[in-house]
Amino acid sequence: MNTGDTAFMLIASALVMLMTPGLALFYGGLVRSKNVLGTIMHSFICLGIVSIIWVVYGYSLAFGPDIGGLTGNLDWMWLKGVGTNVGPYSDTIPDLLFCAFQLMFAILTPALITGGFAERMKFSAFLIFTVLWSSLIYMPICHWVWGGGWLGSLGALDFAGGTVIHINCGFAALAAAIIIGKRKGWGRGESFHPNNLPMTVLGAGILWFGWFGFNAGSALAADGTAALAFFTTQVATGAAALSWIIAEWLLRGKPTTLGAASGAVAGLVAITPAAGFVGPISAVIIGLVAGVLCYLAVLAKSRLGYDDALDVVGIHGIGGIWGALATGLFASIAVNPGGANGLFFGNPHQFVIQATGVGATMAYSFIGSLIILKIIDVAVGLRVTTEEEVQGLDITQHSEIGYSL
Amino acid sequence: MKKIEAIVKPFKLDDVKEALNEIGIKGMTISEVKGYGRQKGHKEVYRGAEYVVDFIPKAKLEIIVDAAQVDQVVAKIKESAYTGKIGDGKIFVLPIEEVIRVRTGEHGKDAI
Repeated sequence: MNTGDTAFMLIASALVMLMTPGLALFYGGLVRSKNVLGTIMHSFICLGIVSIIWVVYGYSLAFGPDIGGLTGNLDWMWLKGVGTNVGPYSDTIPDLLFCAFQLMFAILTPALITGGFAERMKFSAFLIFTVLWSSLIYMPICHWVWGGGWLGSLGALDFAGGTVIHINCGFAALAAAIIIGKRKGWGRGESFHPNNLPMTVLGAGILWFGWFGFNAGSALAADGTAALAFFTTQVATGAAALSWIIAEWLLRGKPTTLGAASGAVAGLVAITPAAGFVGPISAVIIGLVAGVLCYLAVLAKSRLGYDDALDVVGIHGIGGIWGALATGLFASIAVNPGGANGLFFGNPHQFVIQATGVGATMAYSFIGSLIILKIIDVAVGLRVTTEEEVQGLDITQHSEIGYSL
Repeated sequence: MKKIEAIVKPFKLDDVKEALNEIGIKGMTISEVKGYGRQKGHKEVYRGAEYVVDFIPKAKLEIIVDAAQVDQVVAKIKESAYTGKIGDGKIFVLPIEEVIRVRTGEHGKDAI
């Protein structure tokens, strides 16, 4: 046990926890005012649902003793044997602290998906979806990469969750946007302008702040790798915020605040898998590309015709793919001997491994989510009635309104 | 007695108020309104999605004056609300049948 590492990881876990309410504000500002609370609630209540799942069986499925490289078993149900001594995942911090840190990731991921079906899902259906998706999609993929599963064994590099969290939530959101359908009036001239962009920018700021816990904390120690991850996170994010607004300035004439906030999130997503494996210059390049790429992906949405309301696919899906592949390009054992070299450092094989991880995560997440959503739709219905959709989720699902002026 | 309703650009409201103070106009009612005329609306862009906003914010002043003062007030508003760009607004003059001051019960010109 190391008190420095333990102190650092306690704080990092709290930082990652803060990302979920930050995301709630980020998403809450982007919807129409009649849906602000419903949207905030989608993120916020994940702090409740996933915490319970995690204690009962979630941690065991994700990190418990391996079954065929695909999932953990149920030996650690009710956190049996997970205590305050050091555990199998770190020699320097309590087992329960690793469990808490990972819980915060498991909470954030289903919250991220909610942007795909924002403004139109029944709250009851959302709860069922979150339970099933966390159990059947998140826990296995988390196990593949970090819990001793096949992707980790293959040598896939995912420092802080580019595949597990971002590609995963992006393609689940795509499945959700397709199954639940477009919002009423979307693509037919109706206005969906955000109700509170200052709140969105505040949310992006909180995400950025929390992301230091997410990325630096993934070193699981207060060491040089954590410092590297901290630094690459900062510069990639700044670069992406900048490149996004430059891209929109060139293409649409004006640099927007929402563009700066969105670009920052795109940069955070892209650097996540690479954070502890690449140097600062590589991080800047990863960020610059992420801002432009994710902006173009968001623009492509209206042509492709799916209503991913808050652009989870464009930012987390595409940003996550870029980050995972970029890790296979820019990773260098010169900066982190515990990692690997990427294509640009003479190891093309790493790129192939990264691409395998991307493909497997996309496929499992997308297909699995489609099946789960279809089953819920048939069983209880995913979508609110048209009348409820027009009135808004706040009043119809929660009997509240966000603003009374 | 006449009512003068003027729709002006919000940033010109202070200029108009001061100009009217100079000629002794003692009261007015203003409201924030939205609308469009020849200026049409403006474009908003969120993550590349463009929305045309038809109704743009304006300030509406309502002033009740003696009929003899109308031309002077209209001239002052015209002068102080002027930018020369499209969207400067409009002025309407309407007849007023009666004015009553609630506190004293005065009627007509005395109540203005």
